[in-house]
Amino acid sequence: MPEPGYLSMRSSGSFASQIINQGTIVNIGILLKEGPYNHQASDTAYKFAEAAIAKGHKVDAVFLYNDGVTNVNKLMDPPQDDRHIADRWSKLSKQHGVEVLACIAASKRRGINDDILIEGGEITGLGTLTDIAIRNDRLVTFGD
Amino acid sequence: MAEEQTNIKKIMHVMRHAPHGTIYTYEGLEMILIMAAYEQDISIAFIGDGVYALKKGQDTAGIDIKGFAKTFMALDGYDVEKLYVDAASLAERGLTEDDLVVDVEVLSSGEIGRLMGEQDVVLPH
Amino acid sequence: MLYTINTSPFENSTMETALRFIQPGDPVLFLEDGVYAVQAGNRFSETISSLLDKNPVYALTPDLEARGIGSVTDGVSGVDYGGFVDLVEEHQPNSWL
Repeated sequence: MPEPGYLSMRSSGSFASQIINQGTIVNIGILLKEGPYNHQASDTAYKFAEAAIAKGHKVDAVFLYNDGVTNVNKLMDPPQDDRHIADRWSKLSKQHGVEVLACIAASKRRGINDDILIEGGEITGLGTLTDIAIRNDRLVTFGD
Repeated sequence: MAEEQTNIKKIMHVMRHAPHGTIYTYEGLEMILIMAAYEQDISIAFIGDGVYALKKGQDTAGIDIKGFAKTFMALDGYDVEKLYVDAASLAERGLTEDDLVVDVEVLSSGEIGRLMGEQDVVLPH
Repeated sequence: MLYTINTSPFENSTMETALRFIQPGDPVLFLEDGVYAVQAGNRFSETISSLLDKNPVYALTPDLEARGIGSVTDGVSGVDYGGFVDLVEEHQPNSWL
């Protein structure tokens, strides 16, 4: 029986079939491929991240790709009685230390730059996504 | 602490969209090219309309969108050599390996499904 | 692996495609518009029942509720976002968008 609190690796050396014991903190990265409101993806990603944090796991980063980069446009101005998606990402970053990262290539295409970026957001390269994939136990993708 | 493992992860990119109608395949390829520099164990599975991304003879001049089929030919220069194509997806589109711009391994869905199960990361495009 | 499906099976063939690749024992989670696949008494009920022979099937309860889906195909289990996190803890995710 694997010791509690440790990741157990199958003898093949692959991380793929690792069984994570209950009580272990899972390191999670999130990839979000769609913009806010048009698709439910942003909402689901956020609710998932919230739930993971509530369970004591570490949500390392949310990486935004394709239209996902538009999630961090601070000019977003939804009706008062509706959720403010950009503010949610800001909050996740500021309150829970989750890195909120927009891919630079995808951002340039879509006119997202530092001038209109939410507080807590950052524009970075796909190399960072690769690092996120490597250093976390799980990389979960949300999109449509 | 678990014993040290060489930190090479098996990362499979899954292409399921046709080229040009949406950007997913193109931006997926950009992601693969960057990841290739990180010496991980990268493979690509072409499923459903994803197989169309590899089709020969694409000429995007008339739609004024940058074509990228030839970039798949450059992949082995980046050490990305595991390109799997779903046999059923190819067949239902009336295509054969000869219609594709690169050498690929044509596999059954069962074989690709098993390969998926071995991955540390699966990225849908 | 945890297979996730978030689009309606009436809208596109993602579910049909994904199920060609799934291995016995792999759990499937339907979420967002994907939950229509497990609505009781629709044209996909048999597909879901067959799937249940070899694979645990889950649906995200908040998405069922949002869509007014009161009853699901027998054998499908509802999970909340916490349950979704638990599934990801136990299995590498394989999202079929």
